[in-house]
Formats: sequence, structure tokens, C-alpha cells
Amino acid sequence: MIEFHSVTKRFPDGTLAVEDFSLVLPSRKTTVFVGSSGCGKTTLLRMINRMIDPSSGSIEIDGVDIASGSAVALRRSIGYVMQNSGLLPHRRVIDNVATVPLLKGVKKVDAHTQAMELLDTVGLDRALAYRYPSQLSGGQQQRVGVARGLAVNPNILLMDEPFGAVDPIVRDDLQQELLRLQHDLDKTVVFVTHDIDEAFLLGDQVVILEKGAQIAQVGTPKEILANPASDFVASFIGADRGKRRLAVDSTVSRSGDDVVLVDGAGYVAGVIEAPGGVLPGAGAGVSTNSRARSVSNKTDQAGDA
Amino acid sequence: MLWLWDNLDLVLGLTADHVRLSIIPIVVGFIVCIPFGWLANRYTVARTILLTLGGVLFSIPSLALFVTLPALLGTRILDEANVVVALCIYAIAVMVRGAADAFSSVSRDVISSSTAVGFSAVSRFWTVEFPLAGPVLLASLRVVSVSTVSLLSVGSLIGVQSLGYLFINGYQRDFPEEILIGIVFTVIVAVLFDTILVLVGRLLMPWTRATRRRRWVTSATASVSA
Repeated sequence: MIEFHSVTKRFPDGTLAVEDFSLVLPSRKTTVFVGSSGCGKTTLLRMINRMIDPSSGSIEIDGVDIASGSAVALRRSIGYVMQNSGLLPHRRVIDNVATVPLLKGVKKVDAHTQAMELLDTVGLDRALAYRYPSQLSGGQQQRVGVARGLAVNPNILLMDEPFGAVDPIVRDDLQQELLRLQHDLDKTVVFVTHDIDEAFLLGDQVVILEKGAQIAQVGTPKEILANPASDFVASFIGADRGKRRLAVDSTVSRSGDDVVLVDGAGYVAGVIEAPGGVLPGAGAGVSTNSRARSVSNKTDQAGDA
Repeated sequence: MLWLWDNLDLVLGLTADHVRLSIIPIVVGFIVCIPFGWLANRYTVARTILLTLGGVLFSIPSLALFVTLPALLGTRILDEANVVVALCIYAIAVMVRGAADAFSSVSRDVISSSTAVGFSAVSRFWTVEFPLAGPVLLASLRVVSVSTVSLLSVGSLIGVQSLGYLFINGYQRDFPEEILIGIVFTVIVAVLFDTILVLVGRLLMPWTRATRRRRWVTSATASVSA
């Protein structure tokens, strides 16, 4: 469990990046910080492993103030994955994965054996182990980054827009992989992104942030979609433009048991099963005029990312 | 050519002196530039001071420096140390700028992610920043190596044994063949040093070659991974 207690960060140039931020991040869940650039979400993340120290307030991990021990020891106990992987360009993939265990004094043979297993875990061919990062594709580099983050078997994994720089297809792949990993490994994941679809896909707890890391809304994706707390949230998640509010298109003649759904702007968003013209889960008599909400209509909303 | 065979011992002896005397400034320049380069990269003020100082020092004529140093160092006028110290100063003057550029060429992202995964400041410097600065450091070192080997010849004017002796002696005796042989052997020494530096660089920095081959590797494996 990670707890922020009235954390404020003012940078030397006077920018107030985070103002009086308090939040509990539950253990073994994924918490996503989402917001526009400059909202302070990365600052929040980097305060957890003391890359940035708060100007005031405190952060506790499992009840222990992180400022009480050494920063280096803290960082070695927390997995960290960043955009553009941040791999060491002069080390082979296997040494990159084994970086932190080697720093901690694990024997090279053991560290390499474990690194090979981690390559399997993140779905990378062991044949890539002796390549340099520059010889891998962007998606492969990100996988190595994730493997490195997992190498010390940390309880906490910090991910700073890790899939921001890869193409949409690879990103989908990596997101699914992360969901699978999280299912198997049960880490406390803190994930930063500006992509609301990614936030809703990955987050157990989604934190929507405004400038100065002010919390606009905290909740599960369902809660946020169902009840946007403010116009800001509604606009941020796209509800106000009707992108997430889908309706059955009655102008299209049905063939079979599927009906076509359109979004608020009238663009086709997908289809939904409606055996005999009745939408599943909808009450009797509610048929082609009823509206359905969709949580993951992202494939047709590429422009929204 | 006949002159070379007759005087082979002399020429080889001078070549050995030349090699011996130029190695010291190259090594000293490399070692000293590391803390200076780090300082210059870390603090803007240090960068301005060190680079200006380097520029000024390098602009002092070598002969003037050779004859001034005995007074400053308390050495005898014909001491080898005068020339070696002067060449060290030139080497450092050139290397400081190169080292400052080398350290600033290391990607901010890599440094920051190294810190984030738990490198201490010292281990990060020696195992991340220093090796990654390597390619640019090597480029400067190659310039220093060539310039040291050629500047050393001037030392013969104040009586320090090197291949420069052949230039002076050949000129005084109006004997171009001797001058030519001096030039050829100086070039051989310079090329030899440069080759060694490049080979050592390849050995210590294998990733630079891997990166250069990247285009080829990715296109060759593209069909496989796709």
C-alpha cells in the first residue's frame, strides 16, 4: 500500500507541480494516474522512488516513510519502466535485465539464469538475450524494460508512459501482456499515461488529474464512466462529445441478430448482439431504441487517443 | 634508401624515443581530462573556465613553451621533462573540450533511468556515463595522439631526442632523403598509435559496432519476426 499525505512539490523555478495531494494506492492493484501533459502525474510517480523529493508532506509504503531510508536502496526495491525503455545501450539485453540484481551483488550466473526466465515471462525469444538494445524493435525494447523492472521481484512496479512511443498495434499487444502479467504476478502497479482508453483498460483504480495534480475524480473505470464527477472529467473521458455514449442506429436495416451502434456524433462504433431485436440485459420491451454504454469502444476511437 | 639501411640503428633508436616520449602525454591527457570533463559537464561556470583555459594554453607556441618550462619547473634546459610536460599541457587542453562534449553526449534518459533503477552516483559514473562517453572520448584522443606525435618533433630543436632530429640534421646537411625518412617514420608512428586506439575502442565498446550494423540486422530479421 502506498500512501500520499498532503504532498506538495514546488520546483526551484517556482512551478507548483503537485499541490496538497493525498491518496491511498491499494496493494496488488493497478492505479493509473491519467491527465494532460504538465498535470504533475509523472512528478507523483517519480516521488514514489525518490527521483523527486516532495517539498512538503510525506509518502509511506506499507506504513514506512520512504524518506527514512536510503534512496538508492529504495529504488533497487521498486521496479521502474519508462518511455523509450531507458535501457543501457552499451549492455546486452541479458545484462540489462540483470542490472539491478547485479548491483545488489547477486552472482552473475544466477542473475543471468533468472534474466533468461524473465525474458520468457515477458514473451521475448531467448535468442535476443545477446543482442544490444539498439538491435531490437521498439516493442521488444519495452518488453526488456518490463523484464528489467521485474528482475528484483519488487512488490511495486512504477510505469511512466511505458507504451507511449510504440505503434498502436504493438501497444495493444503490450497492454494485453501487462494485464496477463498483473494477473499472474499480483504487483502493486502505478501507471502514468495521458491516454484515457489505456487508463480504463489497465486500471483497477483510475485517478484523473487536473493541473497541479488536483484529483478530478478517483474510482474504478465503471464508476467514472457512469458518473463523471465534473464537466472536466466528462470532457476528458469523451462523454460530453458523445464518444462513449452509444445508441442503436435504427436507420440501418438489420440482418441477423446484430444491431449497429453509433456514437453521439453519428459515427458507426460497432455492433451488438440483439437476438430477436432485444438487447441482452435490457428489460422487456426495451429494444432498438435503447442506449448502451461501452467501456471499450476504443478501436473505433483512434482519433481520441 | 641506402642511407636508411646504413643508419637503421639511428632511425629505429629515434623512433623508439619518439614512441616512448609521446605515449606519456597521450595517457596523461586522457586520465586528467576525465575529472575536468566531468566538472565542465556538471557546472556551466567550470565549463567556461576550463574550455577558455584550454583554448589559451593550446595557442601558446610550442617552442616558446619548451624554453619557458625549465624556469617554471626548475628542470635543466635539455631535460626531456620539459617537452613531455609541454605536450601534456597541449593534450589536456585539447582533451578537456572533447571530454566535456563526451559527457554531455550521454543521453539524459539513460542517466535518469539508471538512477531510477538504483545506481549510486559513483557506480553510475563508472559503469554508465564513462563507457557511454567512450566513443566521443576516443575521437578526441585520436586527435591528441596525432598532434602529440607531430609536435614532439619540435622538441629536437631544444635537444630532446626524437624523429625530429632527422629533420634538423637533414636540413643542416641539405640532405632531403633524411628529412623524408623522418617524415615517413613520424607518419608510421602516428598511424600505428591511431590503429591501436581504434582497435582498443572496438574491443572495449562492442555496442558501437552493433549499432552501426543496425539497419542491416533489422531488415534481415524483419521477415523473421513479422
